[in-house]
This record gives sequence, structure tokens and C-alpha cells, in this order.
Amino acid sequence: MASKKELQVSAIENGTVIDHIPADKLFDVINVLCIDKIQNNAMTFGTNLKSNQQGKKAIVKIWDKFLEDGEVNKLALVAPEAKINIIKDYEVVEKKLVQVPDNVDGIVKCMNPKCVTNYEYVPTKFTVVNKSPIVLRCRYCEKMTDQQNFVII
Amino acid sequence: MTTRCLVSISDYSKEEIIEVLQSASEFEKNPNQRLLEGKVVASLFFEPSTRTRLSFETAINRLGGRIIGFADASSSSVQKGETLKDTIKMVDNYCDLIVMRHPVEGAARYASEVAKHPVINAGDGANQHPSQTMLDLYSIYKTQGSLENLNICMVGDLKYGRTVHSLLQAMSHFHPVFHFVAPKELRMPDEYKIYLDELGIPYYEHTELSEQVMNIADILYMTRVQKERFADLLEYEKVKNVYILKNSMLNGTKDNLRILHPLPRVGEIDVDVDDNPKAYYFEQARNGVFARQAIICKSLGIK
Repeated sequence: MASKKELQVSAIENGTVIDHIPADKLFDVINVLCIDKIQNNAMTFGTNLKSNQQGKKAIVKIWDKFLEDGEVNKLALVAPEAKINIIKDYEVVEKKLVQVPDNVDGIVKCMNPKCVTNYEYVPTKFTVVNKSPIVLRCRYCEKMTDQQNFVII
Repeated sequence: MTTRCLVSISDYSKEEIIEVLQSASEFEKNPNQRLLEGKVVASLFFEPSTRTRLSFETAINRLGGRIIGFADASSSSVQKGETLKDTIKMVDNYCDLIVMRHPVEGAARYASEVAKHPVINAGDGANQHPSQTMLDLYSIYKTQGSLENLNICMVGDLKYGRTVHSLLQAMSHFHPVFHFVAPKELRMPDEYKIYLDELGIPYYEHTELSEQVMNIADILYMTRVQKERFADLLEYEKVKNVYILKNSMLNGTKDNLRILHPLPRVGEIDVDVDDNPKAYYFEQARNGVFARQAIICKSLGIK
């Protein structure tokens, strides 16, 4: 019932609600999704909200924007536990669980300073070798980048 | 004919490794075969490596191929600020195969994506040096008659030494038992131990090159313990002599034991070992030419 109440409080007509973001990851989510670059969509951010599951959580609501798969993948790198609700006509029409992808292309920087991707313009490509915690293996230098060292490009 | 890059030793399956070793053995019997007649091979050494370059260029010459390229980046357009991508694109227009050495890790993989022709990695920073691994495997195969069920003892810098990491990966196909002998600071990294655990391959770690370990080994793979790897120089002084191999230490070892070293050595194998029939490091370097002939031919889909 709690979630219903929440939706009523901040209902949007059409758009995306990213719920269950860990409270301290709100700004990472904003960065990863480049939400700050969005010009014309109305948005609501909330953090340190009460959550039965998480204690505290953050939430992002974007009017008239529907997250695509690539964007959902990006979210997996900073807030894999987040839940995405696609809203149409005030109803939740689709619930997406954030899935950790098998491959991560061009989102995270390789943490190896000697990697070719840090020397010239080469988009990063990683294979996900572990999903929780996330560990990425660079296609080029073959070194691991772990979750604590993620720098989002 | 399918062409095939060799950037990382994991690019070759077990079957391909065996195929290349058999081909290397053919080249050893008959090194001068003009299989590269009419082919141009680019030999791009963005950092100097005389040993590797001469070995590759000898292999190409023995196959009758022509070579273009440079021996260090100072004599190329890299000096003018050209990107790796542009250099590779340009050279790719001229040649049939690219052999490259580069100080940046992942440079060869990137080049293989940019080039239309196959790329052979002759070393990319501390990452991979697969032709070294193939010549190590060929040396083991030749001296032991097989790669299966061997006791491999790796000594020295097991943390930073790329040759030991690639050799470990490649040997994992052949049911080995590993002994890692290294100072605490230079132990085999966990990721490789996890890799062996997952494959169920037994390994034992030691801090001393003891008689006990030496006497069960089929292969003693020596590497250099470099002073600059130690944060604490006192620590280096303590361990530096522990990993020096002397002839007297070989008395109780197996007859089939062979001592390998990727070279250059700087004191970690005493010169008095050189005359021992178990010393194999100079022949090992010679095997490099045959292994590289085999790799080049596989890359171009010849033979």
C-alpha cells in the first residue's frame, strides 16, 4: 500500500519513475543518465525518503521521457537495485528491473592508467566478469575495473 | 584462407596451440621456406626490443617475406604526434601483416580492430606477449616430449612478470602442477590463483627455492627479481640472493629438468649453470624463430 500512496503523492501523467535508488547514489544516477542536460522535461528528485526495504532511498521522476535499454544499462553500474516504472496516463504500464548487462560499452573509464583507452580516443569496452559486486574486464588491456573504482565517462 | 590475429594467448584454443607447435617443429627441420614470397610484413616497434624484433625479422626473412617498419618510435611519425589509429591505418594500406610492439596496454587489440590485415602482438606494455608464450611452450614441448602432466616451477617476480601469467594461462590446458616461488611482495596475483582454482589445477606457493621444490620440477622457469619493484629496499637486500640459481643446486634434480628464462637475465642464473645440460635458455631463444614462423603462417592462413 505504501508504494501506491507514494505514486499518488507524486504522480506523473507520462514518463519514467526511477525508484529505490540508494539515497547516496542520487547524484551518480543524475550524472550517468545526463539528466542535467535535459532541457524541456519536468523533473522531480527526492532523496533521504523513507523506504521499508532500504531505510532511505532516492527517487527520480522525469516527465515525458522513457528510458531506453542503453540508459537502463548505465543505471546498473551505479544503482543496480533501482527499479524503473514506465508511466502512461498516470498508470504504471511497465516495471523494469535494472539488469547488469554482460557487456559494458563506453560508460565506464578503464582504471588502468596504461590502457590504450586512456591514451587516445578509443571508446571503452568491457566484459562483465562478476555481477555482484560488478567487476569489468577491459577488452583492450585485459585488466579488471571493480565497482569501487568506477569513473563514469 | 582464413587469417587470424594473435593479440593475447587466449586467442588460441588448445588445438590451435598444438597445431602451431607442430608447425614450429616442421620449421625447425626446414627453416628456409619461401612461403611469404611476394608478401610485405610491417614490423612496427613503437618501443625498442632488439631481441623480439630480430627474432621476428629472422622468421620473416627465412620465409622469404619483405619487411617494412621502424625499430623505435623516434624514427616514425609518432614523434610528430600521429595517433596509433592513423599510423596503423596508413601501414595497413601497404602490408599483408602487422607485427607490433607498443608500450601502451591494449594497443595491439585496438590495432587489430582498426586494421584490415592480421595483427601479431609482439608485446603491449605489461599486458601480453603471446609469441614469447608460444616459444616457451615450444621449448617445453620439445624438451619434455609433451605438454601434459608436468611440474612447472616458476621463480622470481610472479606479480609483474607478464611471461609467467601468459604461460600459466596457456599451460592450464595441459593438466600441470604449478609451484610458485616468490618473495611476499612479488607473489602470484590472486586473479591467477582464482583462475587456477576454478579450473581445479593444483598450485603450491613457496618463498624459497628449496631442494624439495627443485627436485620434483620438470621445468624451472626463472624470472628476474627487479630492485625497483620493492618499496622497501631492505626487503630487496634480504631476498635478492634467495632466488639466484647456482649449478650446485641442480645436483638432485630430475634428468629431464630444463631451466627456462625469457631473458635478459641479470644475475638470477649464475653463469656456472650455463654449461649444465639442463640449462636451456639460449636454445629457448633460438626456438623463438621457429615458433614465430609458425605464428606468422597461421596469421596469414598459409599452411
